[in-house]
Amino acid sequence: MMRASPARIVLFVVSALVLVYLILPVLIIAPISFSSARFLTFPPPSFSLRWYQQYVSNPAWMQATRVTLTVALLTVLIATPLGVAAAYAISQSKLRLMRLIHMTLLLPLVVPIIITAVGIFFVYARVGLVATMPGLVLANVMLGLPYVLISVLAGLQSFDPAQEMVARSLGMNRLRSFFAVTLPQIKSSVVAGGIFAFISAMDETIVALFISGGQYQPLTKRMFTALRDEIDPTIAAISTLMTAASFLLVLLATSRQGKKT
Amino acid sequence: MLALVSPALLVILMLIVLPVGWLAWQSIYHDGFTLENYRRVFTEDVYWRSFALTFEISLAVTLIALLLGYPLAYLANSLPKGWSILILSLVLLPFWTSVLVRAYAWLALLQRTGVINQFLRYLDLISEPLALVHNTFGTVVATVHILLPFMVLPLYATMQKIPDDLMQAGASLGASPSLTFFRVFLPLSLPGVLAGCTMVFVLCLGFYITPELLGGGRTVMVSMLVSRNVELYNQFGAASAVAVVLLLSVLAIFFIVSRFISLDRVLGQK
Repeated sequence: MMRASPARIVLFVVSALVLVYLILPVLIIAPISFSSARFLTFPPPSFSLRWYQQYVSNPAWMQATRVTLTVALLTVLIATPLGVAAAYAISQSKLRLMRLIHMTLLLPLVVPIIITAVGIFFVYARVGLVATMPGLVLANVMLGLPYVLISVLAGLQSFDPAQEMVARSLGMNRLRSFFAVTLPQIKSSVVAGGIFAFISAMDETIVALFISGGQYQPLTKRMFTALRDEIDPTIAAISTLMTAASFLLVLLATSRQGKKT
Repeated sequence: MLALVSPALLVILMLIVLPVGWLAWQSIYHDGFTLENYRRVFTEDVYWRSFALTFEISLAVTLIALLLGYPLAYLANSLPKGWSILILSLVLLPFWTSVLVRAYAWLALLQRTGVINQFLRYLDLISEPLALVHNTFGTVVATVHILLPFMVLPLYATMQKIPDDLMQAGASLGASPSLTFFRVFLPLSLPGVLAGCTMVFVLCLGFYITPELLGGGRTVMVSMLVSRNVELYNQFGAASAVAVVLLLSVLAIFFIVSRFISLDRVLGQK
C-alpha cells in the first residue's frame, strides 16, 4: 500500500499544508501574548508578561472571568444530571414518543445559534431575565445538554442493561441499582459529557452577546466588544489561557474515555 | 421513564422551542396579522442581497472545505492507526478552541500589519500590504478553518467502513490505482461527502462571529441582518422574519438530505 507514487507524494504535501492551516492560528496566539510590543510584531521583540499583568489587574476582566467560571460551573452542575436522566430514559424506553423527544433534545445543535440567541432575548425581555445570572446559566444549560446526552448515550450503548436487571432481581430498587451498578460503569462518559458542557459554556459567545449585560457579562462578550474596537494584546493573553484550559479539559475527558474502552 | 426525561425536555422547550415559536409569531403578528415583514424580506434589495451572499459564501466554504478535507481524511484513513489518530487529534485541536479566539488569531495573521503581510514584505514579495481581511476573503478563510473538522470527521468515519478488500479486488482485476479510486472508493465515500457538506453548509448559513469580526462591515451575512435589525434598528418583526426564513432553509436542507442518508450520520452520532 505504501508506494511512493507521485499521487501519494501530492497527497502528503496537500495534507501537510492543510494541517498547517488548521494548527497555525491556534499556535500563533501564545507568542503574541508573551510579546512586549504594543502592536503586533512578529517575531515578538522580547518576552514579557505585561499583557497577563494587564489582564489580572483590570477589574472588568476579572469580574468577567468570575462570571464565566460561575456560569460554566453551574451549567455543568445542572446540565449533567438532567442529561444523564434523559439519556437513561431514552436508552431504556421503547416508546415511539421517546424517539421524538430524543430529536427535540438535540435541537440546540440544529437551530442556528443566532436564531436561538435572538429568540431567547425576546423571551427574556418579557420575563426580566436579560442581564441576569440565572438567565445566562439557563441558556447555557440548554446549549450544553446535547453534549451530555450524546456522550452518556454512547456510554450506555456499551453497557449491558441485564446487569441492572440482576441487581433489581436481587432486591435493589431501580434508583439504587442505577447508582450502584449502572452509574459506575458509565462514569467516564458522564464526566466527559460534563466537561464538554463546561467548555461549551466557557466558549459561548453569541447568546451572551444578546442576553448578558451590566456586571453579568462573561469573558467572551467583553472580548468580542474589545475586538470590534481595537486589537489589544490583552485579548491574546486571555485567549491563550482559555485555549490552555480547553485543551487540559479535553485531555482529561478523552483520557478518561480512553481508559474505558 | 417520561418523568426522567421531562426536566431536560422542559429546559429545551422553554429555551429553544418557545423562543423560536415566539420569533415565528412575532414575524406575522404586530397589532394584527401581517405579512409585511415577509414582503420586505423577499422584495427589498438589502435582504435579497444578504441571502444571496450568504448562500454563495456557504457554497464556497463547503466546496473549499471538501477540497481540503477529503485528501486529509483519505490520508488519515490509509495510514496505520497511530498516525491516523495523530492527524485526527490535530484536526480536533482547533475544534476545541473558542471560535472567538480563532477569529482573533485570523485577525492577527491577516491584517495589514499582521503576520502574513509582514512576512511577505520581509521576503520582498510585496511592497504594499495585501488586503487579506475586513472583506469576504478573510471571512471565508476563517470560516473554512472553523468548519473543516465538521467535514473531515464524517468523511473519515465513512472511509473507515470501506473494506480494503474491495480496492485489492479492483487491483487484482487489473484496474489502475486511480481507476479503483474513482470507480470504487470515491462512490463508496459519497455518503460521508454528503454528511460533511450538509453540516458545513448549514452551520455556515447561520455563522455570525467570523463575518462580524472579519468581514469589515461589507460582508453582511443573514445572521448579521438579524442582529442589526434587533440591536441597531429595533426592527423586531423584520429580524424575526429573517430568522424564520433562515431556519426554514436549514430545516429544508436537513429534510432533503434525510431522504438520502440518515440524519444521525450528519449529526455525528451513528
